[in-house]
Amino acid sequence: QTADPLITDVQDWASITGAGVDETPYGMPIEYESHVVRRNVEWLTASPISSINFTPIHALEGTITPQGCAFERHHSGAIELRKEDYRLMINGLVDKPLVFTYADLERFPRENHVYFCECAANTGMEWAGAQLNGVQFTHGMIHNMEYTGVPLRALLNEAGLGAAGDLKDKWVYVEGADASSNGRSIPMEKALDDVLVAFKANGEALRMEHGYPVRLVVPGWEGNMWVKWIRRIEVSDTPTESREETSKYTDVLEDGTARKWTWVMDAKSVITSPSPQMPITHGKGPLVISGLAWSGHGQITRVDVSRDGGITWETARLGKQGDTKALTRFYLDVDWDGAPMLLQARAMDETGYVQPTKDQLRETRGENSVYHNNCIQTWYVNAEGIAENVEVS
Amino acid sequence: TDLKSQIALVQDSAKAKIAELEARPAVATSMSAPAPVRDGAMGLGREALLEEIAAWDVDVLPDGRGLPEGTGNAFDGEELFADKCAACHGDFAEGVDNWPVLAGGFDTLADEDPVKTVGSYWPHLSTVYDYVYRSMPFGEAGTLTPDETYAIVAYILFSNDLIDDEFELSHENLGAFKMPNKDGFVVDDRPEAEYAAWSVEPCMSNCKEEVTVTMRSVFLVNTPPEGGSESVMNPASVEGLPSFSSAGASFIPEAQAKPEAVVEVAAAAVEEPADEGAELIKAGEKVFKKCKACHEVGNGAKNKSGPQLNALIGRTMGSVEGFKYSNVFQAAADEGRIWDEASLTEFLAKPKSYMKGTRMSFSGLKKEGDQVAIIAYLNSFLGE
Repeated sequence: QTADPLITDVQDWASITGAGVDETPYGMPIEYESHVVRRNVEWLTASPISSINFTPIHALEGTITPQGCAFERHHSGAIELRKEDYRLMINGLVDKPLVFTYADLERFPRENHVYFCECAANTGMEWAGAQLNGVQFTHGMIHNMEYTGVPLRALLNEAGLGAAGDLKDKWVYVEGADASSNGRSIPMEKALDDVLVAFKANGEALRMEHGYPVRLVVPGWEGNMWVKWIRRIEVSDTPTESREETSKYTDVLEDGTARKWTWVMDAKSVITSPSPQMPITHGKGPLVISGLAWSGHGQITRVDVSRDGGITWETARLGKQGDTKALTRFYLDVDWDGAPMLLQARAMDETGYVQPTKDQLRETRGENSVYHNNCIQTWYVNAEGIAENVEVS
Repeated sequence: TDLKSQIALVQDSAKAKIAELEARPAVATSMSAPAPVRDGAMGLGREALLEEIAAWDVDVLPDGRGLPEGTGNAFDGEELFADKCAACHGDFAEGVDNWPVLAGGFDTLADEDPVKTVGSYWPHLSTVYDYVYRSMPFGEAGTLTPDETYAIVAYILFSNDLIDDEFELSHENLGAFKMPNKDGFVVDDRPEAEYAAWSVEPCMSNCKEEVTVTMRSVFLVNTPPEGGSESVMNPASVEGLPSFSSAGASFIPEAQAKPEAVVEVAAAAVEEPADEGAELIKAGEKVFKKCKACHEVGNGAKNKSGPQLNALIGRTMGSVEGFKYSNVFQAAADEGRIWDEASLTEFLAKPKSYMKGTRMSFSGLKKEGDQVAIIAYLNSFLGE
């Protein structure tokens, strides 16, 4: 071992002064992290305006997703809508149809919650077998933020639900202000439970691509229902059966019939490192296996990790317990002997549900369901530490 | 005390601290206190006016409630469809590139790759009206009249052989129209079909005898520093990969020389446009949003449902390689007509008058100054 010049020589950064506090009023990550960005797959869709990109979950840690790299899904592009031009209408079976401005929304009592938002199509390509080589692409249609907003029930209460009568079979229909408007129907029970009309995420205003100035947060349910730029909420005696809840976001089973109203995102987990974009570069010895787990039914209670393709499992350490319908970080700290591995993670949630294998899913549903693939994912890690997306027997 | 015992002391106290923390009961939940809800209203917001509700509340329910008065047939719809929809969905609703196919696909839902069209899959006709009227055409949503919408919906039904071209679709019969796949949906039955069976204590050891790799990723993905991704087919086969048993991996492949670390190159700084005219170019970029649904411009611009627009001024009309032009543009190309500022300004104001028969569905730039701005913007890509 020779002396490290990075230590023995006086480096520029230890001698010359750095950037002043007036240089970057709102900062971006340092240039050395510029590869940690959302990425899209061009051939997936006809146009990037009606498309999706993927969160770089392989390169993130902890659980909170920065807005600037959280996946985007638009149906007619992200729009620029000023707070001053924002209007939210509540109509339909209410005592008094109302129009709120952004300033009105800020006067309702607020709540803060961390929730994951997962696109129903996340991991959807894997129905056809191991496809894209990267956890960003297999599992990156997810983000997890702390939302500040007003419970939807408070706004419904303001308009009055007397006119709706028995609330048991009632619905709210929600739509956005963008050209697609992306309407979805939500059963009243959920609307009165934990749905938020949110205007901040991770402490700052929503970014344009996440629905500035106001979006809907529908905890644990598929991302398509989290309507961005939300402009109208209608109380109705029937679901609208809009395009997004009939022709899309329905799940075709083997016999050609399809499941509809499959709103909840079931328990799921994935190892983010090592993974195809995060090879092991340090050789044998201490290795941190790190991953994410989540469930639309509540808390993650346990995550098991296998290093041999599911023959033997070890229970991982949860980074922090307690968040419901939010990402949970898990770790397995091991000594790697340099032998090849087949890495898998398996999540369990508070209902006792165990994340299924690809075989279990295919046996029950066939292979034509685009959405709701929460299979156990496998990475083959070779002796050099290179990881690849594979399927196993 | 010497250094060693000092370290030992610190270690002991750290251990004690860890033990203390571990003994604490786990915090069950991190619930945020719920916001209070008043019994009565808080008096926020104002009453919505009937005309405001009428402007926004246009959704149509499966039974036809919400339909505006109007009528249309496939005969009229054909021309409208060719004009406003065919650029993406094809003349016969067969779909162009990755854009949705709207017709056909009957009896394919149980096949390996089901073709889910309006005819083969959509359970309610109300959804078609609702979506077309509200969200289409792509890039010009909300511009169709009720009669035009009925005609386009009728043409989509006609393309699916579900009506003849004289059938008059209207607010009176749309809600009662029975779609072929109306009964093809079941309400989410995962709780019964899956949850019970899968909520069992999972196996922890000797869960399988042997595991082999049955499939490797179809695509390898490059992630260039400028963003996006490039996928290439993975030529590797599963042959030669180790199998796994409770004894471990079947063999440990000899480690190969480590490949040179790939140095991430920071993306070159984007050159700022020259000050002169920069404002106009910026304004033009905003106007160009109206065109982006169909056209690309700039480095690497490709043909989409419209041709790429690099170096447009000075270019022969209808001359982009690989783009399928309408007859009127092919004729212009044969005559050797060139795009200049005058012709482009006139075309952009009213595309269908200037180029009778163009497939471009855009109705035109109404605001004076928009053409100048957009030409300035396009001219900033003359070198591409």
